[in-house]
Amino acid sequence: MNAQFTRRLFIAAALTVCTAAQAQTAQGTRFIVASSTTSTQDSGLFGHILPLFKANTGIDVRVVSQGTGQALDTGRRGDADVVFVHARSQEVTFVAQGFGVERKPVMYNDFVLIGPKSDPAGVKGSKDITNALQTIQQKQSAFVSRGDRSGTHAAELSLWKTASVDLEKSKGSWYREIGQGMGAALNTAGAMNAYVLADRGTWLSFKNRGELDIAVEGDQRLFNQYGVILVNPAKHAHVKKADGQAFIDWLTGPEGQKAIADYKIGGQQLFFPNATQPGA
Amino acid sequence: MRLYAKITILNFDHRKHTSDVVNWNLYNLDAASPFRAAMQLILGLDPQFLQIVGLSLSVTLTAVLIAAVIGLPLGALLALARFPGRSAIIVLINALMGLPPVVAGLVIFLLLSRSGPLGALGWLFTPKAMIVAQSILVLPIVIALTRQIIEDLWAEYCEHLTSLGQTGVRAIPTLLWDARFSLATVLLAGFGRASAEVGAVLIVGGNIAGYTRVMTTSIALETSTGDLALALGLGITLLALTLAINAIAFGASRIGARLAGAS
Repeated sequence: MNAQFTRRLFIAAALTVCTAAQAQTAQGTRFIVASSTTSTQDSGLFGHILPLFKANTGIDVRVVSQGTGQALDTGRRGDADVVFVHARSQEVTFVAQGFGVERKPVMYNDFVLIGPKSDPAGVKGSKDITNALQTIQQKQSAFVSRGDRSGTHAAELSLWKTASVDLEKSKGSWYREIGQGMGAALNTAGAMNAYVLADRGTWLSFKNRGELDIAVEGDQRLFNQYGVILVNPAKHAHVKKADGQAFIDWLTGPEGQKAIADYKIGGQQLFFPNATQPGA
Repeated sequence: MRLYAKITILNFDHRKHTSDVVNWNLYNLDAASPFRAAMQLILGLDPQFLQIVGLSLSVTLTAVLIAAVIGLPLGALLALARFPGRSAIIVLINALMGLPPVVAGLVIFLLLSRSGPLGALGWLFTPKAMIVAQSILVLPIVIALTRQIIEDLWAEYCEHLTSLGQTGVRAIPTLLWDARFSLATVLLAGFGRASAEVGAVLIVGGNIAGYTRVMTTSIALETSTGDLALALGLGITLLALTLAINAIAFGASRIGARLAGAS
């Protein structure tokens, strides 16, 4: 009798678990998967705009946040319907290889060089990013690199190149590649009194600033453009073409552009819509 | 306060930074804030938070259930059966108890990816993929420990069971039933392994807000956005949940043992 009782209890528990799991998977039948960058997620932008899009169209956008390189790979494999990233040359290649239908500009923000308030390299207040990077390298001040093939990582590497610092030769204990997202890089920089290149959005919404502050900003070369691409249904037949396109149209249309402009933290705008700007 | 700063640092790559001096005082955390965050989460009954807790529990419990249904009979079979290569399989399964979650996650990711062999299922970045990943992590624990428990029990009651005509496979239900209290602990170990891991569910689930975000991936995310108090608050909540589930299991097995003794 006890055996029977326990068995019944077990079956009841099993059924509860199964129905719970069922309920989880049944909700939100109309959805697309978007692979995007850690900056759009960590800055809270998606939390602001996606509910507006859903209210408008009824489409759920499931966002997988990765570095730009990884996000594009997710699109290449067909594991996402839409890719929303920030590394123009990689996006153009993605479309040229036939993985994407078309790249559309969405918005921009800028990168900022973050460093400790004590400013060991003495670059604070400069408007010349290449000069600042050269000084950091010469003084061997600690610098945290994302090292994760993200858009920010790509931008950092190209800035070192512009500053004609050969990282392969001058890499030492001062240059620390952590292979993690933007937030983790800021945490690391804070703990180690290091400089780090960050997108302004993540920096503004970052809560654990401690002794970190903006060291260099406002250089033209710190411009950071975001683009959106529909994964090519010709390569991956299961891509949700209509719903994915609806998201892209909304994002680059007046409503989406306004939603992006409206997202502010502490009164500061994080992203600047520029879908209509030619050549962006 | 030092303790909390230290926990954050665990997230970083130690191989590269062991010699670095870490500036502990940079974390504006006081000892009470994580507990305050945990209390706010639990008492606030925020629907988003409840959804995350619900998903964590349903994914992990389903995974443990699947691993139990497959692993208990398999473990018992492995305990009783004699065939060439048995020792090698036992060693292999024991070793798989140490399967790194991130490796399991990666393999399942490659299998379930649209470009992988099981891509047509469309399971990647869904709770189903997370259940598969956790089942695979829990299964070796269930098989290996069940095998050991049943083998010991069989050694003890072999003659008795044989005299009752319960030989070989026919003895399995009896043995499993007699070992039920030990096996409950096995399942709790499996539950612990699944509920605590972040590597596999992050890769195959994608940490999608409101859909595949569970407690451990939330903790990783909040750490990366620098909200350390909330991250630790979530951690405390997860520990409290695990404690509650273990307490319930312990109580149930006590009652079960008393009823078994009474009959």
